[in-house]
Amino acid sequence: MSADIPVPVPSPMEAPAAPVHRREPGTLALQWATVWVLLSRDVVRFFRQPSRVVGALAQPILFWFVIGSGFAGSFRVEGAQGLGYQQFFFPGVVTMVVLFSAIFATITVIEDRKEGFLQAVLAGPGSRLAVVLGKALGSSSIALMQASLFLLFAPLAGVDVKAVDYPLLAAVMVLSALALTGMGMALAWWVKSSAGYHAVMSLVMLPMWVLSGAMFPVKGAGPVLSWVMTLNPMRFSVEGVRRALYGAQASLAVGSQGGATVGWEVPALLAFAAVFVGLAAFSVSRRE
Amino acid sequence: MPDTSVPTPPPPLLRIEGLTRRFGGRTAVDGLSLSVQPGEILGLLGPNGAGKSTTFQLLAGLLAPDAGQVHFAGRVLSLSDPALRRQMGIIFQRSSLDDLLTARENLLLGARLYGLTGADAKARAETMLSLIGLQDRGDEKVGTWSGGMRRRLELARALVHQPRVVLMDEPTQGLDEAAFRTFWTHLKRLRDAQGVTVLLTTHRADEAEGCDRLAVLDAGRLVACDTPRALAARMGGDILTLEGPEPEALAAQVTERLGLGATVVEGRVQVEASQGHALVPRLVEAFPPGRFASVSLRRPTLADVFLQLTGKALGADAPSPTPAPRKRR
Repeated sequence: MSADIPVPVPSPMEAPAAPVHRREPGTLALQWATVWVLLSRDVVRFFRQPSRVVGALAQPILFWFVIGSGFAGSFRVEGAQGLGYQQFFFPGVVTMVVLFSAIFATITVIEDRKEGFLQAVLAGPGSRLAVVLGKALGSSSIALMQASLFLLFAPLAGVDVKAVDYPLLAAVMVLSALALTGMGMALAWWVKSSAGYHAVMSLVMLPMWVLSGAMFPVKGAGPVLSWVMTLNPMRFSVEGVRRALYGAQASLAVGSQGGATVGWEVPALLAFAAVFVGLAAFSVSRRE
Repeated sequence: MPDTSVPTPPPPLLRIEGLTRRFGGRTAVDGLSLSVQPGEILGLLGPNGAGKSTTFQLLAGLLAPDAGQVHFAGRVLSLSDPALRRQMGIIFQRSSLDDLLTARENLLLGARLYGLTGADAKARAETMLSLIGLQDRGDEKVGTWSGGMRRRLELARALVHQPRVVLMDEPTQGLDEAAFRTFWTHLKRLRDAQGVTVLLTTHRADEAEGCDRLAVLDAGRLVACDTPRALAARMGGDILTLEGPEPEALAAQVTERLGLGATVVEGRVQVEASQGHALVPRLVEAFPPGRFASVSLRRPTLADVFLQLTGKALGADAPSPTPAPRKRR
């Protein structure tokens, strides 16, 4: 910019009046707007990445077939002789889909908050709780879509489609997604680097899944291990999905001490979701 | 010139008082007080580490201040107050567009984020697209766009909800000369069209020239605040630059023989004088042939003013020779 171009200095007298605003949106409307923007953005992004859609379907199928057939020969649960491994493993893969969706949603948060769209949302008028809820609901929607695609294969795992408890299934999946995204976001906010988050993921989130009763039943695990598994929040997801798909009998056959989870899946997941989303909102709302 | 002769200034739109932010033992922003008039473009000028970006992050509500007050339109507001956040549009140093969304979708989400709904949001997005001259490209995903087009779109998104203040952090960093000029043309046009007030950080001298007023920051403190012209007028007159062997010795000799204050800046001797052209022959006569490799005379620039005010070079002043690498996703 050369100096000979006259720089217009607006005389304060000519300073235009404030733009006339139509209707001021209320605080609650702004919160909902923030949630909706993040939610719709995540869903649109999901469908804009064909590799993600394909991967979302192919990965659980591959997992289920490969690991499922690998263990099929050696799998035997006392008291449930008719239960094959692929049948046992199917609910675990459904929760894995939910877990991976939550991990993916939160890993993007780390970069997005420093050099991405999330910066604009954080500097906007919505509260930090709305940011966490928007992200958690976005992740839940994607998890639900992915899991629904995978559930099309349920008849191959011996599921009677007419006997499935769909409300329970949906409630368990949505609450699990909310809880896991909340946990992931709280962790991601403290970790601050993708590399650190990978470490957290393999030290916390993946072991949680392995020890949830997804890969092997709680019944028959050693005393220490079974204790860890009993306290694992993800156990309620796996058992909830199992009960929704196969009925309470299947759940009781592989569960711990007399099937302590039956009936408690939804309340327990509700509590975990509230705690983890609250924790995430607390971490995110600390303006450093 | 209205620069110095404003009888009664109107109340400022934004008044910052004693804004302070510490990181451990380091004070990044140190009691910054500043008034921003409605409709002006105010530049925060300073080299890296002067506290510009921290000030930006404080005003954007991303960092919490340790002390200080902000008056907006006559009210004292917390920087995280939604009522204040709604009145600000923000452009970050790093792109905050979503590369997988189209330009139109990015604008629409920007509008919705600030509570605009349905037809209102759509209409504003269309208006902004045509104001930045990109209405034909609204359905393209922005991931494929050039840096200059992306910045224009960010400008449009920052203004889509008709904020009263736009806050920008090094908005033209990494842009080439042409994209830089286009951005500023659009910025001034939008400022005039919407009557918006602009607060931006910069370390480019050419960008600073475009501002109505400049707040010069050094080590977290405000060292001067005035129009670019008034700041340049603070320098006596002309700048004479002498090149030659042993610049330190040369500076000492110039000071001694001609009674002038000569300093060494980046290996060259600089003399500030009111009648520079008259000084050139005197200088040349006072020294044996061959003592100077070159003698040059020029008007002071903002970079010179900055150097005088802070004792530091403005840094990568424009056009930035090596554009900062920008991550593309």
